[in-house]
Amino acid sequence: MAHTKNHDYQILPPSIWPFLGAIGGFTLLFGAVLFFHDHGPWVLLAGALIIAYVMFGWWSDVIREAHEGEHTPVVRISLRYGMILFILSEVMFFSAWFWNFFKHALYPMSGQWPPAGIETFDPWHLPLINTLILLLSGAAVTWAHHELVHNNNRKALVQGLAIAIVLGLLFTTFQAVEYSEAPFGFAGNIYGASFFMATGFHGAHVIIGTIFLFVCLVRAMRGEFTRQEHIGFEAAAWYWHFVDVVWLFLFAVIYIWGS
Amino acid sequence: MADAAIQAHDHEHPGFFTRWFMSTNHKDIGILYLFTAAFFGLIAVVFSVFMRMELMEPGVQFMCLEGMRLLPSAEECTPNGHLWNVVVTAHGILMMFFVVIPALFGGFGNYFMPLMIGAPDMAFPRMNNLSFWLYFTGASMATLSVFLPGGDGQTGSGVGWVLYPPLSTSEAGMSMDLALFAVHVSGASSILGAINMITTFLNMRAPGMTLHKTPLFPWSIFVTAWLILLSLPVLAGAITMLITDRNFGTTFFDPAGGGDPVLYQHLLWFFGHPEVYMIIVPGFGIISHVTATFSRKPIFGYLPMVYAMVAIGVLGFVVWAHHMYTVGLSLTQQSYFMLATMVIAVPTGIKIFSWIATMWGGSIEFKTPMLFVFGFLFLFTIGGVTGIVLSQAAVDRYYHDTYYVVAHFHYVMSLGAVFAIFAGIYYWIAKMSGRQYPEWAGKLHFWTFFIGANLTFFPQHFLGRQGMPRRYIDYPEAFASWNYLSSIGAFIGAASFVFFIGVILYTLRAGKRVSEANYWNEHADTLEWTVPTPPPAHTFETLPTPDMWDKGHAH
Repeated sequence: MAHTKNHDYQILPPSIWPFLGAIGGFTLLFGAVLFFHDHGPWVLLAGALIIAYVMFGWWSDVIREAHEGEHTPVVRISLRYGMILFILSEVMFFSAWFWNFFKHALYPMSGQWPPAGIETFDPWHLPLINTLILLLSGAAVTWAHHELVHNNNRKALVQGLAIAIVLGLLFTTFQAVEYSEAPFGFAGNIYGASFFMATGFHGAHVIIGTIFLFVCLVRAMRGEFTRQEHIGFEAAAWYWHFVDVVWLFLFAVIYIWGS
Repeated sequence: MADAAIQAHDHEHPGFFTRWFMSTNHKDIGILYLFTAAFFGLIAVVFSVFMRMELMEPGVQFMCLEGMRLLPSAEECTPNGHLWNVVVTAHGILMMFFVVIPALFGGFGNYFMPLMIGAPDMAFPRMNNLSFWLYFTGASMATLSVFLPGGDGQTGSGVGWVLYPPLSTSEAGMSMDLALFAVHVSGASSILGAINMITTFLNMRAPGMTLHKTPLFPWSIFVTAWLILLSLPVLAGAITMLITDRNFGTTFFDPAGGGDPVLYQHLLWFFGHPEVYMIIVPGFGIISHVTATFSRKPIFGYLPMVYAMVAIGVLGFVVWAHHMYTVGLSLTQQSYFMLATMVIAVPTGIKIFSWIATMWGGSIEFKTPMLFVFGFLFLFTIGGVTGIVLSQAAVDRYYHDTYYVVAHFHYVMSLGAVFAIFAGIYYWIAKMSGRQYPEWAGKLHFWTFFIGANLTFFPQHFLGRQGMPRRYIDYPEAFASWNYLSSIGAFIGAASFVFFIGVILYTLRAGKRVSEANYWNEHADTLEWTVPTPPPAHTFETLPTPDMWDKGHAH
């Protein structure tokens, strides 16, 4: 090689993924605009496919680089910073939805909250069960992490992840049941819009987090994580706990206080 | 390992597509940002020239329902307010999201922040390129939205860059949706960029470079990155609400369904005020280095300069509603936002006075970058002072939505931030390209731009004081003379931009070759001046040692 690298940072070869990802993004969003204006969902779906392909290829590259030893200790610190900062930006994204909810609950335009004619969920039924399910799922992830780090117990790692994923799926199913029984609609009233967008974005994050954990499960079953090197799993666990915490706020604010 | 060898070979001499479309190199990506920002900047400048043509004389001469005109004509002209609104909106969206921040944060930030801290590249080199291409996608979508079906049976959306409902929720057509997604994509690009910059700054500084020894430009990028990271997601939420209000029947901002349009203004300005600091803070960093170099003195008050930027960043998050004094805020809210806003004058004052103190007793050399520093100080101070005027809720009753506001924010942004961009370009162009600009041409560019910009925006203070409202295609005869002068200024300013493009093209093709690592003087003492001119693809493959950058002064 013409140049020699005398440091532990990662220098990457050129990659097509970012450019392709941007093409996917353009296709997706332009497709969404076409879809909104009654031109069919096909361009939108094509964009989603391109993005899924790019995500698969890109993260495969990252995992391959990890196996090739590119993730030196200092690179691992960077990856951790990156994940923490990403979660921080997600927190701010949710704060927009909470801001909206607090505004309308504290200063409702109609003078009362929930607005007249809106019947809200009883927080102590399905929402409480779902809270417990999600917290238990988070506990399972933490157990898996501890078993890996302290006992190097791969079997418990796989079991913990599997439990967390099943509980995550259960949560999503129960949310779907709750949505289907909602006595208020999405359109035309501020309560429905605030409720469904806040809990819906949380639900989307649960699904993403479940996929993230599933990828980690597959990798754990292939024996990829070691006690020292398991950044991908660590990131998934952080993300999952973030999703937990958002839910606790949603439960406290929207289901209990706001109803 | 044959595969790896081929890759390494490609890496050294990449083809055109590989180098510019698949880049993982912070310097190449920085250059992509600068050129793309200049391209969209040119489009936005063309829009502003078209607006000033229309406003040059009372009555409507160019933006007609019978068709857009570029030359005066005696034929009948029915005013086309929609076209005017579209041009205003496109100018604002392009300049705010796709020109100034990409040039300063994406361009100079990418190129020089890693160099100044002695990092071999960004922390996430591949994600860096995703930031760039998402930015390009967003800018293309914003430009495309001008030509798609929009409101009033015409093309484009004419709602203003702030995208206030109910206008933005009722504007018909695909154009508005595409413009909203353009802002979304630009936000995603910026958030990824911010994550990258913060991580690079925290984790990749040269051995021994503690936070209190890190140069001011990396600090300015670090502060900017935090502003982006924490405020853009809130905007993303707000425009998602706009999109669902437009397309799925939600009523976040529609009182008929219990929503509140003022909520949008809060969410927008919670992002929008930090946004104006994202625009100006990287400029602060550039100005500090240029000032020190051409005063042949270390920067005065390094540590207060750092913490002034941090303070400006923090305060930027708690003053947003001073953009909304007239929407019916309570007196308590207005008092708070007024006082909080005025507090920002303190750290800003620290910066201005420290720059002046840096020059004090220095051996000042009036090279082009330094001229732009003088321009910046003069104009940014004027813009800052009119900002204090506007921060007073009572006074703002009168000035709100008048040309006084237009003059104010163009003085801080079009003049402050853009002068900082030009200072950076003339300061570093030989470092980036290996060729130096002709000094006379740089100076001519400075003076034409300085005169043009002042002539454009200074009279707008008077127009605002006389009560001329912003965002209108036409005005009464009484405002004619200052508008005429303002338009002349805009034409001079635009001509100077075209001249600038010529200077850059000439410099890149035929400028005098420079090979010294440091072609200014020993007070340009940050790490980018220790690498060859132009730098090789990979710099700091062996990390720099403290003696290369720690000169022991400035703290």
